[in-house]
Amino acid sequence: MGLLSKKNKEALNTPLFKENPVTVQVLGICSALAVTSKLEPAIVMGLSVTIIVAMANVIISLIRNTIPNRIRIIVQLVVVATLVTLVSEVLKAFAYDVSVQLSVYIGLIITNCILMGRLEAFAMQNKPWPSFLDGIGNGVGYAMILVIVAFFREFFGSGALLGIQIIPQSLYDAGYLNNGLMLMTPAAFILIACIVWYQRAKDKSLQEN
Amino acid sequence: MEHFISLLVRSVFVDNMVFAFFLGMCSFLAVSKSVKTAMGLGVAVIFVQVITLPVNYLLQTKVLAPNALVEGVDLTFLAFILFIAVIAGIVQLVEMIVERFAPALYNQLGIFLPLIAVNCAIMGGSLFMQQRIGLEASNSQAITCFADSVAFAIGSGLGWMIAIVLFAAIREKMEYCNIPKPLRGLGIAFITVGLMAMAFMCFSGIKM
Repeated sequence: MGLLSKKNKEALNTPLFKENPVTVQVLGICSALAVTSKLEPAIVMGLSVTIIVAMANVIISLIRNTIPNRIRIIVQLVVVATLVTLVSEVLKAFAYDVSVQLSVYIGLIITNCILMGRLEAFAMQNKPWPSFLDGIGNGVGYAMILVIVAFFREFFGSGALLGIQIIPQSLYDAGYLNNGLMLMTPAAFILIACIVWYQRAKDKSLQEN
Repeated sequence: MEHFISLLVRSVFVDNMVFAFFLGMCSFLAVSKSVKTAMGLGVAVIFVQVITLPVNYLLQTKVLAPNALVEGVDLTFLAFILFIAVIAGIVQLVEMIVERFAPALYNQLGIFLPLIAVNCAIMGGSLFMQQRIGLEASNSQAITCFADSVAFAIGSGLGWMIAIVLFAAIREKMEYCNIPKPLRGLGIAFITVGLMAMAFMCFSGIKM
C-alpha cells in the first residue's frame, strides 16, 4: 500500500467537503462559533485543532489494541488533555495575545466532539498512517469553516481583516456603518446556517427530510 | 447572600452557556428532537455540573493555585487533565449510584449520562470558574468562595436546561412547517438558535 493509495486519499479528502466535521457531521460546533469574531484567533484555533486531532489519532491508533474497551473513553480523554495542555503552553509562550483572546476555548478542545468522534470512529479501527491523514483532513475541514465564518464576521463587523482596516475611511465618511450584530453570537449561528444551506443546495444527497 | 443570588440569576440568563458562550452545542443539537428527552438531559447536566464544579473549585484553590500545595510551586498547567479526570470520574460514579438507588431515573437518563463527560458545558463551566476566581470581589461574575461556585454551577446548569427545553419545544412545532429542502434539519436548527440567542441578548443589559 502506497503512502497515498486511493483509500488514504479518501481519508484525507472526504472530510473537507462531503463529510465536513462541522456542517455535515455536526461535531465541534461550540468552538467553531465562539472564536470566529476575528480572523486571527480562528486561524490559530483551526491550526491547533488540526495538530491535536492528527497527533491524538496517531497515538490512539498506535495503542488501540492494548486499550481495554471499558476504559477507552478515559484513556482517550487523557491523551487528548495532554496534547491540549502542550498546545496551550506553547501558545502562551509564543502567541500570548491570541491565547488570551481564545481564553477557555483552547481548554475546551478537550471536549471538542471532533476529537472524540474521530478517535472513536476512525483511530480505534485503523492503522496510524491513515489515522494521521484522517486527522489532518478533519482538522482542515474544521479550520476551513472557521476561516469562512470569521472572514465574514470580521469584514462586516469591524471592516477589517486580520486586524488591518480594509474598508476605507472615505466610505465611513459617506455614511457606511459596521454591522455590530456580526460581532455578537446570533450572527455566528446564522452564518453557519447559510454555509449549510449553500452546501446542501449544491449537494442534494446531504438533504434531510 | 446578595452576590450569591445575583451570580445565580446572571449565569442563568445573561451568561447563558448556550446563547452567550456556545457551550454544549453538540448535544444541544443532537438531543433536542423532543421536549421529554431534552428535559432528561437538562436534569442530568445540572446534576453533574453541581457536583463537578464545586469539586474542581476546591481542587483549583487548594491544590493547583500557586503556593497552595507546596510553597513556590504553581501547578495550574495540570488543570486541564485534572478537571477532565474529575468530570469523567464523577460521571462514572454518578452513573453507578443512580443505577443502584434510582433505577427508574437511570432508565430515563440512560444513554445521556456517559455523554455528559464530553459535554463542553461541564468542562467550560470549570474553566470559566478557574478564570473568575481571580476577578475583583465587586465584579458580579467573581467567584470568591465555595458558595459562589455552587451558585455558578446551579445557574449555568439551569441556563443550559432552559435553553435546550425551549429549543426542543420549538423544534417539535417546526415538524409541521414547510421548510426549504436544503435548510431542513441542521440549517433551520442553526437559524432558530440564532434567533433565540438574539432574544436572550436583551437580558445582557441587566445590571446586577
